[in-house]
Amino acid sequence: MELNTLWFCLIAVLWTGYLVLEGFDFGVGMWLSVLGKTPAERRAVLRTIGPVWDGNEVWLLTAGGATFAAFPEWYATLFSGFYLPLFLILVALIVRGVGLEFRSKLESPRWQRRWEQAIQVGSWVPALLWGVAFANIVRGVPLDANHQFTGTFLGLLSPFALLGGLATTLLFLSHGAVFVALKTQGTLRTRALGWARRMALPTLGVSGAFGLWTQVRYSVAWTWPVLGFVALALGAAALSVWREREGWSFTFSCLAIAGVVVLLFGSLFPDVMPALEPAHSLTVQNASSTPYTLRIMTYVAVALVPFVLAYQGWTYWVFRQRVTVDELNPALGEG
Amino acid sequence: MTSLELARWQFGITTVYHFIFVPLTIGLAPLVALLQTLWVVTRKPGWLRLTRLFGKLFLINFALGVVTGIVQEFQFGMNWSEYARFVGDVFGAPLAMEALAAFFIESTFLGLWIFGWKQLPRALHLASIWLVAFAVNLSAYFILAANSFMQHPVGARFNPATGRAEMTDILAVLTNNTVLVAFPHTVTSAFLVAGTFVAGVCGWLMVRSSQSGEAAAAQTFRGGLRLGLVTVIVSGIGVAVSGDAQAKLMFEQQPMKMAAAEALCDGRAGAPFSLLAVGDLNNDCRGVRHLLEIPGLTSYLARADFQAPLEGVNDVQKRYEERYGAGPDYAPNLAVTYWSFRLMIGLGVGSAALALFGFWLTRGGVASNSERFARLSLAALPTPFLACSFGWIFTEMGRQPWLVAPNPTGVDALRLLTASGVSTAVSPAMVWTTLIGFTCVYGALAAVWFYLMRHFVRAGLKHPATLASEDSHPETAPLSFGY
Repeated sequence: MELNTLWFCLIAVLWTGYLVLEGFDFGVGMWLSVLGKTPAERRAVLRTIGPVWDGNEVWLLTAGGATFAAFPEWYATLFSGFYLPLFLILVALIVRGVGLEFRSKLESPRWQRRWEQAIQVGSWVPALLWGVAFANIVRGVPLDANHQFTGTFLGLLSPFALLGGLATTLLFLSHGAVFVALKTQGTLRTRALGWARRMALPTLGVSGAFGLWTQVRYSVAWTWPVLGFVALALGAAALSVWREREGWSFTFSCLAIAGVVVLLFGSLFPDVMPALEPAHSLTVQNASSTPYTLRIMTYVAVALVPFVLAYQGWTYWVFRQRVTVDELNPALGEG
Repeated sequence: MTSLELARWQFGITTVYHFIFVPLTIGLAPLVALLQTLWVVTRKPGWLRLTRLFGKLFLINFALGVVTGIVQEFQFGMNWSEYARFVGDVFGAPLAMEALAAFFIESTFLGLWIFGWKQLPRALHLASIWLVAFAVNLSAYFILAANSFMQHPVGARFNPATGRAEMTDILAVLTNNTVLVAFPHTVTSAFLVAGTFVAGVCGWLMVRSSQSGEAAAAQTFRGGLRLGLVTVIVSGIGVAVSGDAQAKLMFEQQPMKMAAAEALCDGRAGAPFSLLAVGDLNNDCRGVRHLLEIPGLTSYLARADFQAPLEGVNDVQKRYEERYGAGPDYAPNLAVTYWSFRLMIGLGVGSAALALFGFWLTRGGVASNSERFARLSLAALPTPFLACSFGWIFTEMGRQPWLVAPNPTGVDALRLLTASGVSTAVSPAMVWTTLIGFTCVYGALAAVWFYLMRHFVRAGLKHPATLASEDSHPETAPLSFGY
């Protein structure tokens, strides 16, 4: 395989890691006040992602850095073109991250409510906007001959893009509900299972519609089976959640999100950012770094990614126990 | 204002803000690891008490470092897309390496450390915080290697067909002599920040504990104070030595930056070090009057020779016009460069007063109850933070008007003016939006950060009985650390 193609695939892998992992973090944040009726319950809900959310977010930083290193033109056009949506995502990620870390630092109920709101807003906004952003990339954006974005913010809000945003939001909501069910017990688990069941059909419907639209309008033949795979995985996730097999349901949910990323990136290739005027499109060839840089980065990725996967996986193993509400006695210390 | 000016303001605000939290993170992570090691080895509860206190302060600080770091990475593409196109082939690599090699370790093992007091065996739990300490310092290396390419481009060539920089040698980029001096200077400064922080906080707590007659607590904080003071002394020497090496290198690599730092208009032998100067606001070095100077010192700093001849702003300007074309004013903002350089040095030595006074007061096992020392402890806290900020303002403003400053011994074409690096697809109104938005968010979070830090420093004085139950059973009270 050519290095350009390899790096296109690697960036798809990084986005898969990001959306699968932070996908359930966003879900957890969006469900916070629905699943957690009391402060102790909300604390337990947050505790399910406490040790891991920060590591999950690094997948985004790595995807960004890898795009910068491997496809500088893509990075430059995308980040300056999607300027305002990225600004909103950044502000959301800031208040969300600070909220997660600061909420439990003080016992004051008002303080905790405020940060819970920050976590919720900070989870809804990126869950929606990542879908909008990816839908726009797939759909193609106005670029001039110098690969400069010439569109507007409102131009990014086409029906297709909004459907994409709705699809990622629902996917993450389902994903997060299943994750909470998997990581908690008792009332919290029951409540999360209930919501995961209720979300199953809307998620399948909206994601299916978005996937089908992508497939028919923008994609290529080989992604048809991928679309089928996504539908099956979502169906299997729904079925498992009905049988209270949340471990399986979560696995299928991860596979479904991974499948969506494959579908989106598959429909792009060999473009990385198609232009409405096809001659102006950014491709894996014209957007990429030199072969030397790609080769160096390949060595780095091959050397480091296995370690990252190993110790991140190990973290999930260390914290594999379900969180209980009782164990979290607020009388224990100030934190 | 133009997009360029706004984008520069935004970069400055984001970077200075980000770098309030970063040096404390870099320096405090190893100190917390050291405190925890002292506890594990000696089993003295005092060290655990300090580990928990500074651990908590570290976490509050770390959170803000992380979230502002995301903006830092994204704004290269958002506001500086033409820079990203020009330099991405070289500059992106260390950034991606930083994420892969350092960010993953620090975030993952910090999670393990916060929540793993119960789940992990004690040695593994201790290893987690040491890994965090290692990774935050490693990340500093990669980002400084990237920054050093902007100060002194090496390991790359210019491709006239694409108009871009292309990497030819990753090792040259990562062993740029600029990063080899910038890294020790930055890291020792970070330790100066953290040492002053630990000493200042413990100094204040020691005095308060002594005054209220809690001898055991006062002794605990005395231990922390002296650990902080040793850090201040050692890192202070490191800052001075590495800063001297860096200055000598800068006189070779960016003579304009250093001439501007001295507001030295015309070249001369035996250039003095200016202590006080006034100038006009037209950025014209001929309007600068030097009121107080140390003869020959700048020459000595630059070349280890009091009589060495140095170039002035006008000389470099003339040379650059011949080499890179007439047009731009090749001098940075003189007032900013001159004053930030002096404030960096002046505020950097501020911690020394705390160190000397602190050692004297606590000699022979005494936990002081001097009110004056409590006040000095608090007053010393901000000085190294400010010194770091001015250091970066000097480094980055002094590089202007270049984004990638030309390397005097390298490829001439490998250079980029700041004006050529800004995003063309972004309108001033959009930059205004993000500038105002980010600044408001930063302002609010800075207030929260300060409030929380203050709260937990004061909570350090909590009644010993409460602490004792936590301290003797840390394994059963792990969550006072997490959520």
